[in-house]
Amino acid sequence: MIGVLRRDLALAMRAGGGFGLGLSFFLIVVVLVPFAIGPDTSILGRIAPGILWLGALLACLLSLDRILALDWEDGSLDLLATAPIPLEGVVLMKAAAHWLTTGLPLVLAAPVLGVLLNLPVPGYGWLTLSLALGTPALSAIGAFGAALTVGLKRGGLLLSLLVLPLYVPSLIFGAEIARRGAEGLAIGAALPLLAGISLASLAIMPFAAAAAIRVNLR
Amino acid sequence: MLTVSGLACARGGVPILENLSFRLSAGAALVLRGPNGIGKTTLLRTVTGLQPPLAGQVDLAPDAVAYAGHADGIKAMLTVTENLRFWAGVFGTKDLAPALAAFDLERLTDRFAGTLSAGQKRRLGLARLAVSGRPLWVLDEPTVSLDAESTALFAKAVQRHCAQGGAALMATHIDLGFEAESLDLAPYRARLPEPGADDFDEAFL
Repeated sequence: MIGVLRRDLALAMRAGGGFGLGLSFFLIVVVLVPFAIGPDTSILGRIAPGILWLGALLACLLSLDRILALDWEDGSLDLLATAPIPLEGVVLMKAAAHWLTTGLPLVLAAPVLGVLLNLPVPGYGWLTLSLALGTPALSAIGAFGAALTVGLKRGGLLLSLLVLPLYVPSLIFGAEIARRGAEGLAIGAALPLLAGISLASLAIMPFAAAAAIRVNLR
Repeated sequence: MLTVSGLACARGGVPILENLSFRLSAGAALVLRGPNGIGKTTLLRTVTGLQPPLAGQVDLAPDAVAYAGHADGIKAMLTVTENLRFWAGVFGTKDLAPALAAFDLERLTDRFAGTLSAGQKRRLGLARLAVSGRPLWVLDEPTVSLDAESTALFAKAVQRHCAQGGAALMATHIDLGFEAESLDLAPYRARLPEPGADDFDEAFL
C-alpha cells in the first residue's frame, strides 16, 4: 500500500503531475481579493479567515478528478482492483497522496498569504491548525467523489456538485475556528467538531469510495 | 485451477453469454475464439471478478488471477523499472530481472514509459504478469501491436509459465504456435429477450 502512495507522490512531482496546481490557484485567489475588496485593512482583516478557508477549499476541489481519473484512463484501476491489496487501502493511500501534494502545501502557505489579507496576529496559529485538521477531510471526501464519477467523460462538474455539499461542514467549522482565533475569542466546540468530521471522513470514505469504484468498473 | 459452470454474463445490462461451462487445469492454456462483440472481454472481466456474473459460478482460488486488459496500466512519467517495481510491490514480489529478460526490456530499463513505442509498452504491460507471481494469467488480446518477434517472445513466456504449473486464459485471434485448447464462444451467445418482455423496472431505465 505504501507503494501506491510512493508512486502517486512520484507522479505528482514529475512534469505534468499537477503538483502546485492547487497552490497556485490559492495564491491567485488570495492575491486578487485585496484588489477586489479595496485597501481597507479592517475589512480585509475581518474577512481574511473566511477567504483563506474558501480559497483553500476551492484549490483542493480543483485537483480532485486527478485522484482516480488518470488511473482509470490507463487501465491501472482495473489492475489495482484485482491486486492483492484491498481497494479501500488503495483509495486511502490515494487520498493521502492528494493531501500531501495539495492539502499540506495549502496549510503551509496559508499563514504566509494571511499577511496579504492583514489577518490579525492571534489568528495565524488557529488558521494553520484549522486547515491542518480540516484539509484531510477534503481529500478523503474528494476521493469518494472521484470514485463516484470515475469513468464519466468530463465528470469534473458533476464531481464538484457532488462534493461541495459534503465540504460545507468542514468549511463552516474551519472558518469559524480561524475567525474566533483571529478575534481572540474562545474557540469552543468548533475544534472538536472539525476534528470529528475529519476522522469520520477518513474512517468512512475509503469504504464508500471502494464500493463506488467496484460498481463503476463493471 | 479454474472451473466455470453455467455462467451467464452481461455487458451494459444486455445479456450476451449464457450456459457457458469450461475447466482450465494447471499447466494448460485456453484460447477464446469468436467474432467481435461475442463477449470475450466480458467473460474475462467476469472471471477476474471485475464484474459479477448474471448466473452461474466461477470457481477459482482467491488471489490467483493476474489480469491484462486492453490498457496496460503504464504511467508515462515513470521509467520502465519504476513501473515494474510498483507492480512487483503491489503483488509482494521482488525480482524484476526474469520479467525484464523474458520480454526483452533490459535495454529499456531507464527509459520513461511515455517514450516507448506501442509494442514496447505492450511488452512492459505483459512483463507485469511475470512479476505478479500469480498462477492464472487472464489476457485480453495480448498480442495487439506486437511484432512477430515479440509475439514469439510472448508465446514462449506463456509456455514457460504453463510448464511451471501456471495456466493462461486468453482471447486472441492469432495462432501463437503452441499447443493450446481453444473454445469458440459463438454457441453460447445469449438469446435476445423477446421484444416486449415483461421487465417492468427495465422500462424506466
